[in-house]
Formats: sequence, C-alpha cells, structure tokens
Amino acid sequence: MMTVAELDAIKAKLHSQMMLRKGSEAGEDTYRKHVLVCGGTGCTSSGSMGIINKLNEELKKNGIENEVKVIKTGCFGLCALGPIMIVYPEGSFYSMVKEENIPEIVSEHLVKGNVVERLLYSETVTDSGIKSLNETNFYKKQHRVALRNCGVISPENIEEYIALDGYQALAKVLTQMTPEDVIQTILDSGLRGRGGGGFPTGKKWQLARNLVKDADQKYVCCNADEGDPGAFMDRSVLEGDPHVVIEAMAIAGYAIGATQGYIYVRAEYPIAVERLRIAIGQAREYGLLGDNILGTGFKFDLDLRLGAGAFVCGEETALMTSIEGNRGEPRPRPPFPAESGLFQKPTILNNVETYANVPQIILNGADWFASMGTEKSKGTKVFALGGKIHNTGLVEIPMGTTLREVIYEIGGGIPNGKEFKAAQTGGPSGGCIPAEHLDIPIDYDNLISIGSMMGSGGLIVMDENNCMVDIAKFFLEFTVDESCGKCTPCRIGTKRLYEMLEKITSGNATLEDLDKMEKLCYYIKNNSLCGLGQTAPNPVLSTLRYFKDEYLAHVVDKKCPAGVCQDLLTYKIVADKCKGCTACARKCPVGAISGTVKEPHSIDTTKCIKCGACMATCKFGAIVKE
Amino acid sequence: MEEANEFIDRVKNGDVLPMITSCSPGWVRYCEAYFPEFLPNLSSCKSPQQMAGAIIKTYWAKKNNIDPKNIVSVSVMPCTAKKFEIGREDQSAAGVPDVDISITTRELVKMINKAGLRFNDLPDEKFDSPLSEGSGAAVIFGATGGVMEAALRTAVWKLTGEAPDSPVEFNEVRGVEGIKFAEYNVGGTAVKVAVVSGLANAKKLLTQVKNGEVDVQFIEVMACPGGCVNGGGQVIQPAEVRNFVDIRAERAKALYSLDTARAVRKSHESPDIKEVYANFLGEPGSHTAHEVLHTSYKPSSLSK
Amino acid sequence: MVNIKINGIEYSVEEGTTILEACRQNGIRIPTLCWLKDINAIGACRICVVEMSGARSLTAACVYPLSKFDEGKNILTHSPAVLESRKMTLQLLLSNHNMDCLACARSGNCELQALCKELGVDDSSYFEGAKNEFDIDTSSKHMYRDDNKCINCRRCVAACEKYQGIGVIGANERGFKTEISCAFGMDLANTACVSCGQCITACPTGALSEKDDTDKVWEALADPEKVVVVQTAPAVRASLGRLSVIR
Repeated sequence: MMTVAELDAIKAKLHSQMMLRKGSEAGEDTYRKHVLVCGGTGCTSSGSMGIINKLNEELKKNGIENEVKVIKTGCFGLCALGPIMIVYPEGSFYSMVKEENIPEIVSEHLVKGNVVERLLYSETVTDSGIKSLNETNFYKKQHRVALRNCGVISPENIEEYIALDGYQALAKVLTQMTPEDVIQTILDSGLRGRGGGGFPTGKKWQLARNLVKDADQKYVCCNADEGDPGAFMDRSVLEGDPHVVIEAMAIAGYAIGATQGYIYVRAEYPIAVERLRIAIGQAREYGLLGDNILGTGFKFDLDLRLGAGAFVCGEETALMTSIEGNRGEPRPRPPFPAESGLFQKPTILNNVETYANVPQIILNGADWFASMGTEKSKGTKVFALGGKIHNTGLVEIPMGTTLREVIYEIGGGIPNGKEFKAAQTGGPSGGCIPAEHLDIPIDYDNLISIGSMMGSGGLIVMDENNCMVDIAKFFLEFTVDESCGKCTPCRIGTKRLYEMLEKITSGNATLEDLDKMEKLCYYIKNNSLCGLGQTAPNPVLSTLRYFKDEYLAHVVDKKCPAGVCQDLLTYKIVADKCKGCTACARKCPVGAISGTVKEPHSIDTTKCIKCGACMATCKFGAIVKE
Repeated sequence: MEEANEFIDRVKNGDVLPMITSCSPGWVRYCEAYFPEFLPNLSSCKSPQQMAGAIIKTYWAKKNNIDPKNIVSVSVMPCTAKKFEIGREDQSAAGVPDVDISITTRELVKMINKAGLRFNDLPDEKFDSPLSEGSGAAVIFGATGGVMEAALRTAVWKLTGEAPDSPVEFNEVRGVEGIKFAEYNVGGTAVKVAVVSGLANAKKLLTQVKNGEVDVQFIEVMACPGGCVNGGGQVIQPAEVRNFVDIRAERAKALYSLDTARAVRKSHESPDIKEVYANFLGEPGSHTAHEVLHTSYKPSSLSK
Repeated sequence: MVNIKINGIEYSVEEGTTILEACRQNGIRIPTLCWLKDINAIGACRICVVEMSGARSLTAACVYPLSKFDEGKNILTHSPAVLESRKMTLQLLLSNHNMDCLACARSGNCELQALCKELGVDDSSYFEGAKNEFDIDTSSKHMYRDDNKCINCRRCVAACEKYQGIGVIGANERGFKTEISCAFGMDLANTACVSCGQCITACPTGALSEKDDTDKVWEALADPEKVVVVQTAPAVRASLGRLSVIR
C-alpha cells in the first residue's frame, strides 16, 4: 500500500528529470538530455521502434548512454510527419526521421550540441533561429488538457505519470472530498461526454449514485471501443497516457460507489491494450488499484475487456451486453445504465477522452475548466484531422474555436490549391458542413443545429474533387456493414438507403426516388432501436440539405459534377489540344482510342472502361472527363 | 400401468430414484444430451405413442391375423419430437418400427381440410379396438402433471390394498406453474413428487436434485411448457392470442373436464388395458411387457 | 401510479407498466410482432412504435416501462406518423422476404400477412433491392428452417433459450446479412436440438415448420395392401377444437 506522502515523494524524486522536458537545464542528478520518440500507432507503423533501437545503439557507440536517455512516448499529434522525435531541454523537433539520420543526429546534436537543422520540422526553422514547437501553426492554437501527457511521458512508467501530478487528483478526492463533492465539481465544470452524445458527465454520475439506493454492486466502465472511421484520439490517450484513464475511473468509482471497473477496448488497438495492461499492473503494484487505496479504505479495481471490432459495441448498451459475454447488440432504454446497466447493476460509461479530463478538473477546479469553451460546451475537444488537409493528425482545441481556424490555421489549409467544399464531423453519425458555416464556433449544440454532430471528433476535410453523394454513400456503406441487425429500420432500412444512393450515383434514379429516399431517412431516424440507426441517415440528410444541387445533377442531368461517380463520367479528347502523339491509344487497356498519327484521336465510349489511364498519360491536357 | 409398476418396483427394490418419466421424447433427447447422468433415473417405459404402436403391431396384428409388415401405424401427435422418436433405436417390438408415420395436429388439420371432412356433420363414432376407450387418466396426459396424476391413481390404488375407492384427483400436481412439488402419504410412506414442464425448468430442478437441494422420488418432466397441450405440433396461435390468453391453461381445462366426464378414470380400470394384459402381456413388468413396452437410452454427444 | 394521457385521454397506471400493457388495460390495441410475453421483449421489430411527447424518436411500446419521469406525457398510438412508420416497417420486411405466400405453410395463419392487411400495405414491392438467399436447413427429422422467410423477430431464439434453456439457434452474421441459425452455421441435426418444436409455434411466419408427412399417410391410405392404424394423443383434441382452422 502506498500513502499520499509516498506518492508525493515519487513526484519530488522525478521533478528535475521531468523539468528537463519543460525546457529547464539538466541538474546534476539527471540525464543531460532526454530524447522522446513517438511510440504511438502512427509513428510505430512508420518505423519509430527501429529509430529507438538505432538511437540506443548509437548512444552506446558514442559512449553517452548514461548522459542521454531515450523515452518512448505516446502520440505528439502531428502524425503526418512521423516518425517524430524531440530532444530536450532544447525542444528540437525532428520530423520524418529515418534510421540513417540517427548517427548524424547523435554525433552532431547529442554529442557536440549542434542541432541538425536540415532534419528539423521545417516550420520550426526560421531566419531568426529555431522556433519552439508551441509556436508553430499546428500547436499554437491548441490547448492540451486531455492530451497533456501524450508525447511528454513514458506511458509504460507510472512514476513519470506521478511526477506530473498523476494520482494527485485521486489522493485529493479520497482525502479531502466527499463523493457528492466530486460529483458537484464535475457538474460545475460543465464536462460533457466526449464520445458523441454530449450528455453531462456529472449528471450521469449523479444518477448512478442516487437512482438505486440499495445496489449491492455498481460498475464504472470506460468506452475505448473507438470505431468512427478516422478517429483515433482515444487510442492516443490510451497509448500515451493510460494512467489518466485509470485514475479517472477510480475517482468515478469513489463518486458513484463502485468498486469494479471495466475498460472495453477494441482488440485492433494492440499497443493501447498492451500499455493498459502494463499500467493496470503498475497501478496495482503501487497500491493505486485494489484494496485500501492510499490507506483510505477505498477499494477499486479494473479489468480489460477486448472488443472484437463491432462498431455497434461503442453504443453503451451493446458494449455492456458484450462485456456480459453476449452478442454485442443494443437493448432498449429505459432502463438506463445508471439504473440497470452492466449485469443489471447501476453503471456509468464514459469514453476515454471524457475520463482524460477528470483528474485535471479535480486538481484545477471546476471554474478553471469552465473558463474554457462556450456557454454550453466547456473545456477542449480533440479532433482527428484528416482528408484534404495539410496537417493531418490530432489536435486539441478549446470549444468554440471555429472550423476555419482548425482547417486553415492549425490544419494548414487544403493542399494543391483546391477549394474547400465541406467538412465532415461526427463520423458515420454526423454530417457535412459546407463553406457557409466555416465560421461557426465548434461546440455540441452548434454542430447539431447545422445538421452534424460532435461525435467522437473525426474531422474529415473535402475539396472540390469530392462528390457529396459519393461521400454519403461511403458513410452509409460503413453503417450497413456495421449494423448489428437487431431492429428492422437499421437492418433493412440502411441497406435500402444505400441501394438508393447507388441508384443515384449510377444515373438510374428519378426525382421520385429522391423523395422516397428522404422519407426513408426520416423513417430510419425515428424508428431505429439505438443511436447507430437513429443517426445513420445523417450523412445523407446533411448532404441533401447543403448539396441538393449535386444530387439533382446526378438524378436529372445524369452528371457527377465532381467527376467521381464512374457510371456518370465520359472521357473525351479535345480535338484542338490533341497532337496525335498516339500515347493514349497505346496506353488504353481496351483499345478504345483510335486515330491516325498527328491527327486528333477519339475515344469510343462504348468500349471505354473509364480507368483514366489515357488522361494520366496525355502530356497536353487534351483528355477531359465530364 | 407400466410406469406406476416400475416406480413401485424401484421403491421396493431400492433402485435408482428419483424415477423420471420418459413419455416426452423432447425431454428424453434433452436428458441424453444435457443430463446423461440421469439416464438411469429415466423410466424404461416407452412413450404412449410407442407403446400403442407396439401393441398394434404385436397383439392386435396377431389377433387379427395381419402381418405387421402390412400395417402402417400412424400417430397424430401434438408434438414434433415424435417424428424423431419413431426412428429411435429399440422401438421395434414386432421387428418393424412400432410407429411408421407421426404427424402433428397441424398436419391432421390439413388432412381434414383436404379430405373435405365437415366435422360438425359427421356422426359420432367410437375409436376402434384395442385401446378404443381411453381412461380419464390417459386423457390428462396432455397437461403438465397429468402423467404424474395418472401414475399416482394407479400406484396409490396398488399400494393401499387395491381399494376401488382409492383417490382419483391429485390437484397439487395440476396447473401451469413450471415446477410443482407435492407429498402424499401412501399407505404410511411419504411419496414426494415433482412435476416440471419446459426444459429450462427441468434444468433447474435436475440441478437442484444433483446438488442434493431437493429430495423427491418421482419426477414428471414434459419438454413443452404446460405439457403436450402446448406442444410444438399444436395448432399455432398467433402472438396476439398467446400474449393475452394462457393457451396452456385453457387447453388443459378442456382435458380435465373430459376426465371428469369419463366413467373410467384410472388406467388399471380400463377394459382395453385389462384385456391386453389378460390376453397378451400378463402382469405389468412381465417379460413380455418388457419386450414390447420398454426401451433403453444412451448419452448423446451432439453440439450444445 | 403514473398519470399519462393516451391519445389525449387521461389514465392512471401502475409504475413499471409498459405502454403496451397500459394501452391493453384500457382497451387500446397496439399491433406487435417480435414481442412474446415473458420471453421476448427486445424492441426489435418496431411494429409497436408510438409517439410520446418529449421523445426525440418513436418509442417501442412493448419495452417502455412507464415511470415517474413520464408523468403527464401524452402517448399517440395511432397517429399518422405512427401508422406510416408501422407500414414502412412492414414494407421493409417484405423487401427482404420470400414472397411465395400462396404456397407457404403459414398462408392464412401468418402474422406478417395479417399485419400487412391491418396496416394497409397496398404495395408489397414498395422497396426494391437485394434479398438474402439462404439455404434451407432440412437436416433434422422433424422440421425445416427457411431463413428466406425469417423476419428476425427472434421469437424462436427466445423460445429455445428461455422456455427450454437450450439455445441451439441464434443470430449469426450482422446487419442485412443477419441470419437466425445454429452456431457456426452448422445443420440443426448436428446440434443438441431436442426437436420440441417450440420454435415453430413461436414463429410468426412460415420460416419454421414441421416436415409435412401427410403425403405418406395419403399414400398408405390409398394402398390396398396396407392396413392403416391411427392413434392419437389426448392433447390433439384440445387444440383441434378451433373451428376456424378446420373449414
């Protein structure tokens, strides 16, 4: 068992070490430098484990392995530039590092102290010297609460977490606060669920504490079954800062009166699973999970449950059904989990990002948290930027930041000089936001009012080359595939809706079909059993709302304005531009192009398979699709 | 008759108890697959369908000088498991299957309609012999508790000195509850019985028996909730009806009123049964009775 | 007690009563399909949906227990939106249903058919699209399972699991491809199904049915060489009495 004093002692012991990473000069008892290498999923798949091995090898070769320490951390956020590596105390940010760069970085930078500017993230290198990472566009407007330890500490070392105030919030609630105080603090902070719906977290806890008076058991669950295509903030928290979730769940357990928790994490996140396992083991070893935590008599323990990759298991009742060992399908509510959840006991379920905010709220107070954000959406939100944008990656911004700031300032805008068309938020449950709403401050209610939703925080940017019908079809395909098949509207309705979209993109739909489709959308929304089905038509409804013209173009003119829908495209040769070089004719795999040398060629559209090979071959821009 | 006799024998000889009825083929399959440890408890008596089939192809065939091979024995059952049962091993008393075709109540309805029979216009008629006039005890087989009550009518009669006024009605074992217990003082000995219907209830009870939490000597198990009246072969009532009317209770009521109306209400008093024993089987439990009316079981290893 | 309004009229019902029960107690009939009392309250088919004030979507009446939080709410059981939704649910079910109704064992006694009639489904091919094509499981001696007629109400699953504690059938695959079948798609004959047939009597459509042996009987009856002897079980007469079944 560990006492609060022992916890503080660990924090003090590691203080100067950790200060190095805040830019302080090294003390006598510390390593001279810390090299942090991202060990998140993104950088791992681009080779960061090889970088770490090479670094250790080179440090030894240069005899400085006792002066420079290599730390594998979680995600830094700027995933597009991985593998990423940062050297403290100077904070030099190396991006897209290759193994062959390591000997140079070690001998020049780590031994001699000469930063290898050539290999730094270009934006940090300016005429007036090297900029700190926090001054770059990507990081400048970010405010890291949930991600505060990601890319800063080693997720596999509980003491580094403790050194940065880890488990201090748990100590505070156990020694200074009643469960009611804790709930009140969370209520006052205005924290809302980061998993999608945005239900007030404090309210959820309060219900679970009070609704059933004589419950013999209650449960605290964590939804780490992140399934939205493109969203990976929960994974990053688990990979970069697993203890924050454990600490927050213990706090929640204290608040509602539960002694057991479950983290439901998808098996497709092997790194997160491994780090959670290590973290739970360490927390138990340090007496921060188990009986009599910090000598206060409070008992709480955690177990992992692995999800088998069903999107619907992110729905709370399906998740609990799955933990119970049954086929992961939602069940009707009420009763709500706060009354009858896991194993029919009062249960709270919050997602990873929600939990990641809790210890900070306890330590810094509700007012601190409530000072960030908008009137009804407090704090920050992590978004996963993707699609047609320069800086793909994870960003954490205060609620109320505008979409324009996120896309153009943090995200660096649209590549190749293309024009912004829409941003998709909320994953398959969300909708597309057109340019006219670029200046809307992002929060729960604003997004809903414009037909989208926060969801878990995927943000996919689309440019003029994206067809909105095709986008709707993409998300519908996902839902059709992920529907559990329990209720009729979702099981059959989404399939029929998808087929209607196919009919449109193949040029076979009529205006009546469009009306029928809209009717079906509202039917599915109103009749489905769970949130997955109820929100499934959103991608269709929001694109119908903002991009009706594009639908009409497909239906009436049988054209795809963005040039995406194959069936509606024809490739043509512009006679004026064609030099008769025959390159295209030679490239065409089906022999659809004919013509004599030095004369304009032509395409036989009955033979053409619309592969686009001719267009890619033509040096004169003489081939167009329309 | 046979079952009551087997029970008395088991009690007297200190054989495996509790004895469990074997008339429900769904239950027998269940026992073989899920509770093989209870197979020694299962009564070795064939089910009524198989007993009747066996008597027809042995005694009746001989009496009427018909080659059993030329008999097509058809049963009309409230049950789909009977279709399975006719193909079981050790169910061919005359060297040919005791029963050749088993159809459900629903199939009978189809046949009646196809044959253009107008039931209300048909004159009343008796069943042919043998087994023309079922006793009241036979009629109530169709409801949960009925087999137990029928066996009790005969067993109590036998154990209490074969008095003609031995008790007829055993109300404690009637009703649609899934698990029922009763205790009777039979000639100075306490006989404890249990009646279950619905295999989920059977599972519950057998687990309790296994754990020594329940002590009974005789158990009736019917696979279908409420017994055969609610069998899987019965006319289908839509949910609209089932959700608001207890069809188990309604159908059982019909059987119990038929029982009350019968002159003969105990198996051993049935003239047909008496005749078969007198002319063919001899005593209940005799060698011939065993050859014709009893069977055997073995554990099954199908996927659960 | 909870005070609610059903179609504008005030009623007081016990807390915990479902909307469906509350309506039934007061003489209002809500159609159902997947709901089977005591064993299957899963809110899956969505036939029993009602409009409830304050709810963001329609509510399945069979699984919604009224509580103090519902005090004063108005429930519309047959509003145009409700009727339209119920009809569309049926049309969706039909769009993935084997429509060989005339030759179906349950023709005339099919709950799906009855509901279509009740809710005025006048266009059985309103939704077009792909249909599942499943193999019919004829492996066991007593019944066949034709998932092409299955509407995924799961009443059979509940009967097998809850009445019988057996559970040899359940949902496999997911979404549109969901199929009620045995584990790993094995044949029913290879499972420890006990042939009780409770799934058949629970099935609202012709997806589950006994194997019809009546032709064998007709054949035997017509064969001059054979003597046909018939025995009948006592319970048969208890359900046969339903004259509406026998013409």
